[in-house]
Amino acid sequence: MNYKMMGRFIAQLISIEGVFLLPALCISLFYGEHSAVRGFALTVAIILAVSALLYTLCRRAGRLFGAREGLVCVGLSWIILSLLGALPFFLSGHIPNYIDALFETVSGFTTTGASILSDVESLPRGLLYWRSFTHWVGGMGVLVFLLAISTGGEQGKGFTMHLMRAESPGPDVGKLVPKMKQTATILYGIYIVLTIVNIVLLLLGGMNWLDALCTAFGTAGTGGFGVRNDSIASFSPYIQNVTTVFMLLFGVNFSCYYLLLLRQFRGVFRDEELRTYVGIVIAAIVLISLNTFSIYGNLADTVRHAAFKVGSIMTTTGSTTTDYELWPAFSKGILLTLMVIGACAGSTGGGIKVARVLLLLKSLRRNIRQIMNPKKVMVVRNNGRPVDEKVLDNTNAYLAAYVVIVIVCYLLISLDGFSIGTNLSAVLACFNNIGPGMETVGPMFNYGCYSDFSTVVLSLAMLAGRLEIFPILVLSSRSAWKGR
Amino acid sequence: MNIIIAGGGKLGLTLVRQLSAEGHDLTVIDHNSSVLESTVERFDTMVTPGNCASMEVLLRAGIREADLLIAATAQDEVNLLCCMTAHGLNPQLHTIARIRTPEYTQQIMTMRDVFPLSMTVNPEKQAAMEIERLLKFPGFLRREAFAKGRAEIVELRIDSASKLRDLPLSDLGTVVKCRVLVCAVLRSGNAIAPSGNFILKEGDRVFVTAPTANLAILLKSLGIVTRKVRNVLLCGGGMVSYYLSSLLEDDQMSVRILEKDHDRCVTLAGLLAQATVIHGDCSAQATLDDQGLENMDAVVTLTGLDETNMVVSLYAGSRQVPQIITKLSRSENNALADTMALGSTISPMELCCNNIVRYVRAMQNQTGAAISVHTIADGQVEAVEFLVDETTRFCETPLRQIKLKPNVLISSITHGADTQVPNGNSVFVPGDTVVVVTSGRGVLHRINDIFA
Repeated sequence: MNYKMMGRFIAQLISIEGVFLLPALCISLFYGEHSAVRGFALTVAIILAVSALLYTLCRRAGRLFGAREGLVCVGLSWIILSLLGALPFFLSGHIPNYIDALFETVSGFTTTGASILSDVESLPRGLLYWRSFTHWVGGMGVLVFLLAISTGGEQGKGFTMHLMRAESPGPDVGKLVPKMKQTATILYGIYIVLTIVNIVLLLLGGMNWLDALCTAFGTAGTGGFGVRNDSIASFSPYIQNVTTVFMLLFGVNFSCYYLLLLRQFRGVFRDEELRTYVGIVIAAIVLISLNTFSIYGNLADTVRHAAFKVGSIMTTTGSTTTDYELWPAFSKGILLTLMVIGACAGSTGGGIKVARVLLLLKSLRRNIRQIMNPKKVMVVRNNGRPVDEKVLDNTNAYLAAYVVIVIVCYLLISLDGFSIGTNLSAVLACFNNIGPGMETVGPMFNYGCYSDFSTVVLSLAMLAGRLEIFPILVLSSRSAWKGR
Repeated sequence: MNIIIAGGGKLGLTLVRQLSAEGHDLTVIDHNSSVLESTVERFDTMVTPGNCASMEVLLRAGIREADLLIAATAQDEVNLLCCMTAHGLNPQLHTIARIRTPEYTQQIMTMRDVFPLSMTVNPEKQAAMEIERLLKFPGFLRREAFAKGRAEIVELRIDSASKLRDLPLSDLGTVVKCRVLVCAVLRSGNAIAPSGNFILKEGDRVFVTAPTANLAILLKSLGIVTRKVRNVLLCGGGMVSYYLSSLLEDDQMSVRILEKDHDRCVTLAGLLAQATVIHGDCSAQATLDDQGLENMDAVVTLTGLDETNMVVSLYAGSRQVPQIITKLSRSENNALADTMALGSTISPMELCCNNIVRYVRAMQNQTGAAISVHTIADGQVEAVEFLVDETTRFCETPLRQIKLKPNVLISSITHGADTQVPNGNSVFVPGDTVVVVTSGRGVLHRINDIFA
């Protein structure tokens, strides 16, 4: 185990987090929010101290860095980032319970958007900004950001692939261009441009600067922290529609955008995952519109709410325009299904991912056929090309791990005594990085009701969901920590 | 002509046999000296041991004086390199390379531009195309197309129920409702050029010339009921299987491939989107029954072993599969195969060899040369296609006034779009395509060779 190398990575990561905290600090200074300024300043100081300590401890790191180190490093760094990122809320005194602050931050970084705060509007604007900004960084990944900007010795080494693979979602992560730094830069480039377009469109809709920034960050990371207590509901229909479109755009595999930039339109339109994604979205909107028409009474509102909710849940954003608790059971059922499916691989969304669902269904179909004719040899195809058996094995293992984690988390939080619907939807909403669940944790409520123990369990579920289980799961395995 | 053949494998030896019979000067290059030894003992050729892509070996084989190089080793890459090197040493050289890897066949036109190749041959693909033609028109054992597909020579087997059994050829017109010509009969391994009083016997293989448009009438009047082939079982998952399945997929036939090697199965399943790939040993009858042999419209045996192919075909025949096609790679076995009910037999090497011989003949005689050469009746009879031009003798003379060499028969004349089976009053004019069938020893290089 190459602890020194990992230490250096983590030191670099938390210094980046320190830099990210500075705009929030400036905003608090600008608005004269003393408690928040104190929180941010103290946090930056702590981060400086920790990273300086790590740097001195981890000089002269070895060169060996494999898949195991990659997984552990990603898992650890996300936990440390969250621990430090929670400090401003705690030190400023606006979230007096550190566990709650941690939940809020993990929910931010993992782009879940689940909150324990009942009154968001009372938070200082600096903290509001920081809370939404964690979505934006978490959406594309902090390590990917590090890879995009770093110029250090780790450039040009193959092992950066392990980091990227561990942090980026999807069954089969690949590079867009031969160089990792360039790949990461392209991904962040697309991400930044889309976010800026979103901000501009929100500003045109009459939002103020800070609200537009925060909303766009929440949308881009498919997180869903709002700046108001009712999320997006009290904003104009225009802003809701813009958010719908951008949520769906951020739920698309980013390599599709890269192909568009390269003018390879055929490749994009032929992409099975994208087609399925669009198909599911349209089908869900139509079905929910039909099902809820009687509630809103006019077509425009029905479709707007249905589209917003489908986009929000499918891309695992979790923003809200209306209380879907009032919807018929069928519509809620559809939403719960969409929660599990999630967005496309390689997007900022969570869930099992459309690509994995496709692979799982195809390999299920193959197994059924092979049961009927055991000697039949079949390959599973994706976009016409055969999929490696290893990818299929991993996908099946992923599904198994997914089910196990959902059940274990569900059992653990059941101790708090809420209803089955509440607990199950809370686990699914956290694990799939959506945010709001159903019933007691529905869109009009929050997670403040859960005990500290349950909050920690749900925080881990969120991390496991964002990092696609294995980076968090290996942390609990003894062989990950032993020497080679 | 001075021809160098690189590679003394199955294709190489088939070429040596055919080309040395035509009187060319041959040199065979192979790195296996025992292969060369047996080649020298069987045929009148020169041999050069060594790597055919090496300049030194090529020079020793006399590449500077050669007219044609045929690269027929097992490796496509070696064949390409051999042709490139040879062409560098002798820019006037014609080169033929065997290229058969599926990945390369898609880029063959580009490769012919980039590399100095006069021609490329792909025995496996050719065999697959031949089998596809047979499957599209079930009922014939073999089909040979002439005159851009307007005329054909088809092979039929006389079985106990055939209407042609015990029929003198002069009475053929009473059974068959269209004009056809029996140009050769293969009886117990010997090719016969039949006359009018020849009586067809059970077990004969009959070669019939007919315009392509009349084939359906021919089948109907012989009472051969043909069902459209929908389900095909391919035994063996080699390259022929791959090419054939991709062709049959386009024809909407449902293809099932039986292959013994699991890795090969996975590769095939990856390459072919529609075909059903089964991992199993086709030489086990239980496997064949499991895969629904009895419900198949056609079985094609394509494993690497002729023996397995024969056994599987015989078994399929015993299960009443309507159409059976057997791949036989070694022509030595043909005489034996003839005595068994193997259905149609296909020899990839011979098909490919015909192709090359055609090229060689065309090289030799630029005018009046054969357009195509097909060997039928196990190589004992040759059907040659000529274009009639101004230099052709006896133009516009009725056939009954022309004296032809013994064992030479004009089997069809295509004038414009109209193909006729000739009679005594038929004539040919410049621009016509003539198919000549010969069982003689001499080689027909140009059309004037057929006249006595």
